[in-house]
Amino acid sequence: MKLSLLKNRLALSYLLLILFTPILSAAEIPVIAAASNIKFALEDIATAFHQETGKSLRISYSSSGNITRQIQQGGPFELFLSANAQYVEQLHQQHKTLDQDKVFALGRLALLSPINSKVILDEQLTGLKQALQAGKLQRIAIANPKHAPFGIAAREVLQKQQLWDTILPHLILGENAAQATQFASSGAAQVGLVSYSLALAPALKNRVRYLLIPSSLHQPLQQTAVLLNNAGDTAKLFFHYLQQEKARGILSRHGYTLP
Amino acid sequence: MDWQALALSVKLSSVTLLFLLPIGILLGRWLAYRQFWGKSLLQTLLALPLVLPPTVLGYYLLVAFSPNQGLGLWLVNTFGTTLIFNFQGLVLASIIFNLPFAIHPMQRAFAAIPREIREAAACCGMRPSLVLWKIELPLAWPGIVSAMVICFAHTLGEFGIVLMVGGNIPAETQTIAIAIYDRVQSFDDHAAAVMSFSLLLFSMLTISFTYWLSARSERTHD
Repeated sequence: MKLSLLKNRLALSYLLLILFTPILSAAEIPVIAAASNIKFALEDIATAFHQETGKSLRISYSSSGNITRQIQQGGPFELFLSANAQYVEQLHQQHKTLDQDKVFALGRLALLSPINSKVILDEQLTGLKQALQAGKLQRIAIANPKHAPFGIAAREVLQKQQLWDTILPHLILGENAAQATQFASSGAAQVGLVSYSLALAPALKNRVRYLLIPSSLHQPLQQTAVLLNNAGDTAKLFFHYLQQEKARGILSRHGYTLP
Repeated sequence: MDWQALALSVKLSSVTLLFLLPIGILLGRWLAYRQFWGKSLLQTLLALPLVLPPTVLGYYLLVAFSPNQGLGLWLVNTFGTTLIFNFQGLVLASIIFNLPFAIHPMQRAFAAIPREIREAAACCGMRPSLVLWKIELPLAWPGIVSAMVICFAHTLGEFGIVLMVGGNIPAETQTIAIAIYDRVQSFDDHAAAVMSFSLLLFSMLTISFTYWLSARSERTHD
């Protein structure tokens, strides 16, 4: 009897052990939630940060709206890099953030198409209009404006050019800026109105053509960093690192305007 | 290949099995042998994950375990953590989602054991636990093993609910299926291709193994 009790105890503790052992002891590495448009710049900044401080970060990418929802639901993030200031403000009012937030870069939109696409890319979107009228454009990809800031900006540009209603039946919505870019670069859509920083991604070199959209056509895409309530020292250090010369250089190289 | 995501997926599948094995044996056996009030309702509930969209289950888990209210708030106050956006949450989701895949085959395996055999064992004075251990499990094991294999593979492939309840956190909730999705969005077609092909091979192996197992048990029964 005693032996079987001991066996049960052993089995139970074994069970609890594997359940609560963090995999590969990664649990101490802080998790940052970031808008997907900043993916490639952030990878470079995190690498530089690691080289200088020896500290690592785990990064979870999604749309800013989706991340906001996850933070409200108790997501374990220590730092949030949002693609606009509104979501951060919302979290601020709900007492989910620490101190002050910081606009560390301004995002830009780009019109992007697969390299072999015939659509003419221009700032006034006349090429897009003509292709639509000629019935040559089946699909245009943007991020979902319901929860992705780059989708909201894309909608603004299309509305300003009086194209929104015509283009609506042709839209495919990416879950975030990166997915919209993937749709457009893979040829699943003929054109995308997406993040300029993603259009510059090394992996897309020789696969896409792109054109920078004037920032006057949409509200500024204020890339805003904010520390969250459970932020530790590494996250705080990275928050400051993001605003320093090295990081600013990387951001600028990836197509961001610096404030 | 993202080894960290693969390791996480294997761990998730293994832990899920650890829970589903006893649950499946007890519930499957109970449903196979007993008639009771509310049995069809229970069976309906247990089969629900077969047809329920993963997003529906994901939504209810998010609501139930939100740290802002009710059960989630209580868990946070008591244990300091809740069951969303972490590994434990994925385990719970996987258990619920795999219930029919674990219980159905086991129930069928237990139901296939002739009643006379069990009664003969009981008449000889064998305790019920001994009947289970010496008679029923040896006869039902192909069903149990194939249920476990299917559950393992099914957990490896879970996507919607893992993304919704887990939130794509590296080394915590970024399973291999989520990693493929993540790599596609990072334009890393090579990594996505390698991981997809590995999962394709593994899934084929799993299915052929369960077919082989059921063919083998049919032969022994004849």
